Amino acid sequence: MTSERRFPVRLDVRNGAVDMSHGSGGRAMAQLIGELFRRYLDNALLAQGNDQALFAPPPGRLVMSTDGHVISPLFFPGGDIGSLAVHGTVNDVAMAGARPLYLAAGFILEEGFPLAKLARIVESMANAANAAGVPVVAGDTKVVERGKGDGVFITTTGIGVVPEGILISGDRAEPGDAILVSGSIGDHGVAILSKRENLGFETEIHSDSAALHGLVAAMVEAVGEIHCLRDPTRGGLATTLNELAQQSGVGMQIREDAIPLRPEVAAACELLGLDPLYVANEGKLIGICPPDRADDLLAAMRAHPLGADSAIIGEVVEDPHRFVQMETRFGGSRIVDWLAGEQLPRIC
Amino acid sequence: MRYIDEFRDQRLARRLAKTIAAEAQPSREYRLMEFCGGHTHAIFRYGVQHLMPPNVRFVHGPGCPVCVLPMACIDQAIALATQHPVTLCTYGDLMRVPASERKTLLKAKAEGADIRMVYSTQDVLRIARHQPHRQVVFFAIGFETTTPPTAVAVKVARSEGLDNFSVFCNHVLTPPALRTILSAAGPRGARLDGILGPSHVSTLIGSRPYWFVAQEFGIPVVIAGFEPLDVMQSALMLVRQLNEGRCEVENQYTRAVTEAGNRKAQALMDEVFQVRARFEWRGLGILPDSALTLGEAYADLDAERRFPTQVAAAREVRGCECPAILRGVKQPTDCRLFGNPCTPENPMGSCMVSSEGACAAYWSYGRLREPARAGAATG
Repeated sequence: MTSERRFPVRLDVRNGAVDMSHGSGGRAMAQLIGELFRRYLDNALLAQGNDQALFAPPPGRLVMSTDGHVISPLFFPGGDIGSLAVHGTVNDVAMAGARPLYLAAGFILEEGFPLAKLARIVESMANAANAAGVPVVAGDTKVVERGKGDGVFITTTGIGVVPEGILISGDRAEPGDAILVSGSIGDHGVAILSKRENLGFETEIHSDSAALHGLVAAMVEAVGEIHCLRDPTRGGLATTLNELAQQSGVGMQIREDAIPLRPEVAAACELLGLDPLYVANEGKLIGICPPDRADDLLAAMRAHPLGADSAIIGEVVEDPHRFVQMETRFGGSRIVDWLAGEQLPRIC
Repeated sequence: MRYIDEFRDQRLARRLAKTIAAEAQPSREYRLMEFCGGHTHAIFRYGVQHLMPPNVRFVHGPGCPVCVLPMACIDQAIALATQHPVTLCTYGDLMRVPASERKTLLKAKAEGADIRMVYSTQDVLRIARHQPHRQVVFFAIGFETTTPPTAVAVKVARSEGLDNFSVFCNHVLTPPALRTILSAAGPRGARLDGILGPSHVSTLIGSRPYWFVAQEFGIPVVIAGFEPLDVMQSALMLVRQLNEGRCEVENQYTRAVTEAGNRKAQALMDEVFQVRARFEWRGLGILPDSALTLGEAYADLDAERRFPTQVAAAREVRGCECPAILRGVKQPTDCRLFGNPCTPENPMGSCMVSSEGACAAYWSYGRLREPARAGAATG
């Protein structure tokens, strides 16, 4: 199939914009898919040209996950909505200890959105998928009227296969287990905040957005007894630890001075009145494993480029209240609660 | 982080804690009111209370700008945004403060009102410049600290001829609130032995406006910074004043506060604002000369004059103890709504909303052990 033959006038990617016909199911949509999406996201399964991708499942247990992406701004230091849509779902699949296999992507485009920006996003998505080795094998495009969307929303769905003997789940944390984190926290949230239009805050902080399945594979190979893995995205480290404590029916005790934090992120949070424990990450994970395997797991994580700054930050404890508590750097102790509402800067 | 970590040093904290424990006389109690929500936040976030001997206690004051705003103000802001075709801009903490009938600015926004969260007054000016044909109202709140930026925005709007900019001014003043709390102190009010004075507010107004606390009420004041070591050192300074029978206004926060304050900012405030004859505070009632409105020279930028609103009398939530908590008479754990149903996710009163509110601080950082102390520091 060559798009030149089907469409006498090529899609004007440089100056054109999305219009309602691109979501109509007619020739304009076919042209958008053929000349823009497939140009970047080319692979054998997508090239089947059907409404679904056909493949034989590998042996083993499959996991499946889906994630909607509505980020603003669409482009930020260290990534964009395209790469984020790949990393987000690859990571959700990987947190079961799985090897991600395939992605599907649904685009909701706003009428008037420049095709040049869309091309940048799809190209970035393709680069992220190629780098991760997880192809986008099915897709869908819809267009909504101007004012009914925010440029582009992307939903990605992923499937993966879990190696034999691995059982990683948020309800498996046990008292005594060690809690590890794979690197500095808060980078993504601060990078995004720094680019929000109403916050004239300039910083060199880049989002940590990354696909973590390689790190997970190394961790699972080194320590098969990992109990829990989760990526602390929205709500940050604090909220994810609370989720795991709730799910496992345990408490957690962490040490503030053990949590990796970049000085730039700490300073930005200080200025904005934010607590980095609640700021989002897109390329970090929390691992929980039996205490006697913690050092091996830490070594495996640190040996991987995406886990070089990993640290043991605390331990799982018995607690009927399922509280996460922290020994502060100051020497006091406090509860680390779930995030309530949005984290808002203090005003005084 | 330089200039920050030094004020959160664990070794110094231990040393200070030891000194306080050694100097605090076991035979007496030291009930120290921290005026500001910033202090309350630091005390809980860093666990400062647990480094103090049991007879040195913090009583939480009313210095949380969101907390002292009466429900009628939020009602009026919602009315402004729904009864007039305006863009209403405000600071984030206000979005979730409950108004009458459990409404909030956040809910009004969801129902279609054009309400935007801003980080500074510069954002409001930017929005006004971008949409010259739409009226933009800044819902201004806060103590003296947040007042100069509003004054600057008003002056910039005037000089640029931004006719679509106006201010719904609810700025309040610290000294009248302090006077009210101290006047009510005694058997029926809060029992206070010392005051940790405001930090950021005092950079503006200086330390002089607190002299009346020592002179008229015989209660010592130490102006305290917002870092945990500041709070501990200030507590020690108060303990020493009380032990030595002194009653002075001392300044711990010398790196930012002077006796006279920031004269330039004061002049700016005097130029743009005038004192309101009366203003209602949540918990403290209607206080004379305790808040600001735009002065006559800038009256045309006053949103209350530009957009008259119809608001029914505010209806407080029954059982909510925010008023008594703001006066230092009760603790959050004394409130029967605390934790059930009132939580940061589902706030019934303003003190559960802002991270500087006493209830939110108790709930988020300290609910594990505070219930055991419930009532201990109340009169």
